[in-house]
Amino acid sequence: MIQIQTYVQAQTLEEAWQLNQKRSARILGGMLWLKMESLPVSTAIDLCRLGLDAIEETEEQFTLGAMVTLRQIEQHAGLNAYTQGAAARAVQDIVGVQFRNMATLGGSLWSRFGFSDLLTWMLSMDTWVQLYRGGLVPLEQFAAMPYDRDLLVRVIVYKRPGRFAYQAMRNQRTDIPVLNCAFSQMEGVCRAVVGARPGKAIVLRDEAGLLAGGITPERARAFAQWAAERTPTGSNSRGSAAYRTHLVKVLVRRAAEEAGGNAL
Amino acid sequence: MMELKLTLNGKPLAASVEPDCLLIDFLRAHGCLSVKRGCETSGCGLCTVLVDGRPVLSCSMLAARAAGHSVQTLEGLQDEAAGFVRFIASQGADQCGFCNPGFVMNTIALLRENPDPTDDEIRAYLAGNLCRCSGYDGQLRGIRAYLDSRKGGPAHD
Repeated sequence: MIQIQTYVQAQTLEEAWQLNQKRSARILGGMLWLKMESLPVSTAIDLCRLGLDAIEETEEQFTLGAMVTLRQIEQHAGLNAYTQGAAARAVQDIVGVQFRNMATLGGSLWSRFGFSDLLTWMLSMDTWVQLYRGGLVPLEQFAAMPYDRDLLVRVIVYKRPGRFAYQAMRNQRTDIPVLNCAFSQMEGVCRAVVGARPGKAIVLRDEAGLLAGGITPERARAFAQWAAERTPTGSNSRGSAAYRTHLVKVLVRRAAEEAGGNAL
Repeated sequence: MMELKLTLNGKPLAASVEPDCLLIDFLRAHGCLSVKRGCETSGCGLCTVLVDGRPVLSCSMLAARAAGHSVQTLEGLQDEAAGFVRFIASQGADQCGFCNPGFVMNTIALLRENPDPTDDEIRAYLAGNLCRCSGYDGQLRGIRAYLDSRKGGPAHD
């Protein structure tokens, strides 16, 4: 169980950043994973008073504050209209409604967990992370960065015209996924994102042009085979590497067909 | 210690808490014994309470985070629960009873948000509430019977 010496609701981002420079300080997200850690925390820094709990939509982009919950994403009409429902599908099986009312976007992305549905889904779009000191960083770059003492403030999703799909395989509903997959076709460029391998999600762009002539069942199968050959998988208690490699073929094909309008 | 002010079941409350006091411990210390400690890994829903009307897991929330908010437990919502809990009991779905308060709290949240849910919507909303006795069909039948009775259909009470 986590032990906290001091709890602070930061009044400004600068205050939060300053407090967070001490190695034993922690920024609080939803606290769902953090509370299970057995570590002493000198200062628990809460961003709940900084107005970071809203999703704003304009013609060009969505701006999501770090304290937006997964439930807000699941229910946001604009995000789901833009992604053809992929936003809700990416998060709707994460434990239960109560959990999703607490888990935050910032906490989920900052952790960069291998099994993250959110990271996999967001990597399929033109997504950027706004760090307090680090500025705007593409999510793909952020996902590869080492942990530091910066603050994740907002996430920006630019509205590139496109088609989106999300697929995941779970041993049972509400469990962590055995494998997850997001697919997008934005401005003619197709990409598949495969996560829970069980490692962190990787982005696979259709560099070979296998889908360049349009998404058909045959091309989707070929692209899925190509993706499986480039996706490192591993084994854990939820599934073997061989099973996951098989799932890459299945989920990438299904997601590509769904985005292409040929859903099974 | 830090000072905490919130509204608990409609009444203002001020108390001193440790910074790492969890909401479940705070609530039980203030007489809300319907709030049950289950998995403590945010997965079972036994500790469900409403914060500003939204269901959350009190085992995973700092009491300090509830400052300025309204917290409701089953102790404060018995009238609202009374309408449907007897339908659940009549299906034999209460069994050992340990999961019931969390189940009832989340059902209240479901029916406030969606007064006429389909069976799939009920299953999806209550997916975060685990029951090791019933297999879930009893709860679903009970809620369905309650919803049918509201529409003037046969009440399987």
